[in-house]
Amino acid sequence: MNSGDTAFVLISAGLVMLMTPGLAFFYGGMVRRKNVLAVLMQCFTILCVLSLQWVLFGYSLSFSPGNGFIGGLNWWGLNNVGLMPYADYSSTIPHQAFMIFQAMFAVITPALIIGAFAERMKFSSFLIFTLLWATLVYDPVCHWVWGTGGWLKNLGALDFAGGTVVHINAGIAALVTVFIIGKRRGYINRPNPPHNLPFTVLGAALLWFGWFGFNSGSALAANGIAVNAFVVTNTAAAAAGLGWAVLEWIVNKKPTVFGIVTGAVAGLVAITPAAGFVSALSSIIIGFSASVFCFLAVSIVKPKFGYDDSLDAFGVHGIGGIWGALATGLFASKIINPGAADGLFFGNPQQFLIQLAAVSAVLVYSFTVTFVIYKFVDIFAGVRVSEKSEDIGLDLTQHHEGAYTVLE
Amino acid sequence: MKLIIAIIKPHRLEEVKKELYKTEVNLITVSEVLGHGRQKGITEVYRGVKESGNLLRKVRLEIAVNDDFVKPTINAIIKGAKTGEIGDGKIFVLDLNDCIRIRTEERGSAAIG
Repeated sequence: MNSGDTAFVLISAGLVMLMTPGLAFFYGGMVRRKNVLAVLMQCFTILCVLSLQWVLFGYSLSFSPGNGFIGGLNWWGLNNVGLMPYADYSSTIPHQAFMIFQAMFAVITPALIIGAFAERMKFSSFLIFTLLWATLVYDPVCHWVWGTGGWLKNLGALDFAGGTVVHINAGIAALVTVFIIGKRRGYINRPNPPHNLPFTVLGAALLWFGWFGFNSGSALAANGIAVNAFVVTNTAAAAAGLGWAVLEWIVNKKPTVFGIVTGAVAGLVAITPAAGFVSALSSIIIGFSASVFCFLAVSIVKPKFGYDDSLDAFGVHGIGGIWGALATGLFASKIINPGAADGLFFGNPQQFLIQLAAVSAVLVYSFTVTFVIYKFVDIFAGVRVSEKSEDIGLDLTQHHEGAYTVLE
Repeated sequence: MKLIIAIIKPHRLEEVKKELYKTEVNLITVSEVLGHGRQKGITEVYRGVKESGNLLRKVRLEIAVNDDFVKPTINAIIKGAKTGEIGDGKIFVLDLNDCIRIRTEERGSAAIG
């Protein structure tokens, strides 16, 4: 057991926790002001519900030894998850430190999907969907990639901090929900300007800050790999934020603050799976390219097809995640991390194919199971609020609260 | 010359604007107001304490028009704002004594358009 590693992982867990409220403000600023509390409420609810699910059975399903597909139930309620290290995951920190660090990942992943169905989802149905999704999609996929005996882990897929588990998983789920719930009323002929961009900037800043815990904490030790992850995380976010602003400057004649923060988040998404395996120079390419792909997705592909991925959960997390996972197979280098593998550009094309297989598997599984769960919830409870509620706004109709007063 | 004041539901504003542009009424002033008529407000609850009968958010339009534009303007507002439900709002039509364009100091009908 190592006190430095333990302290580092606990602090990292705290940093990752802050990302969910950060995401709440990132998303909350983008919606109309009649729906801002609903977004904050959904994020905060996930923080509560998933924290309990994780301790009760989610951690066991994800990480306890089971088969290649899913863990067992022998760690339910943290049975056998003690204060001594569990060597399969880390031999230098208490098992529960690893558990609580992973809990924060399980919390933020379903919260990312909120961006797809924002401003029109019924709160009760959202709750059922989130719990089912976390249990039937997140927990298995987490086990495949990170759990002992997981089939993608055994295949040799590299995912340092959650490109497949978190971002592709949530991103494709977001796309599925968009098609089932449908567009917001009046979408296309009535663009909705974000009601509070400073909130969005604040949220993006909190995400960037929390991401240091997300990525460098994933080293599970206060060591060189953690430092590498920290450096490339910051570098990729910087390259992507700047990249997006420059793209806008060229395409739309002005750089925007909404653009620069969106780019930074896209860069953070893309570097996530690669953070422990790539160099700082590679991270600049990964970050900048993430901005190009995500920019194309949200400002050209989305309007062309007319789907209402309201806050670009798929456009940023799905696309950025896919690029990041594949880029890991291109740029990974044993010079950075001798314990991992080389990528295509370092003479190992095999790794790229493994990454491609991992991406495809997660896309197919998450797409299919999310579709079934969301349809199920829709049939039994209805995912969408009434037209009248949508017009009045979710804050008043779902929560009986208003975010802002007009008169004192 | 008339001054048309309309109180409508906030989410109908875009539709009303669209209808107004179709009738070539382009000069409008919009403000956010609170109010209720027969319709009751939505219950709000803060830390477990209920507040009912709160005022609802509405949008107020002010449009000054020459006489031959009065009817088309009213029709456009109705077309855009009507949902058939309680709370669709009201339109008030007032006589307008004068109108001055500040930039040119034009007065009356010429200053409205």
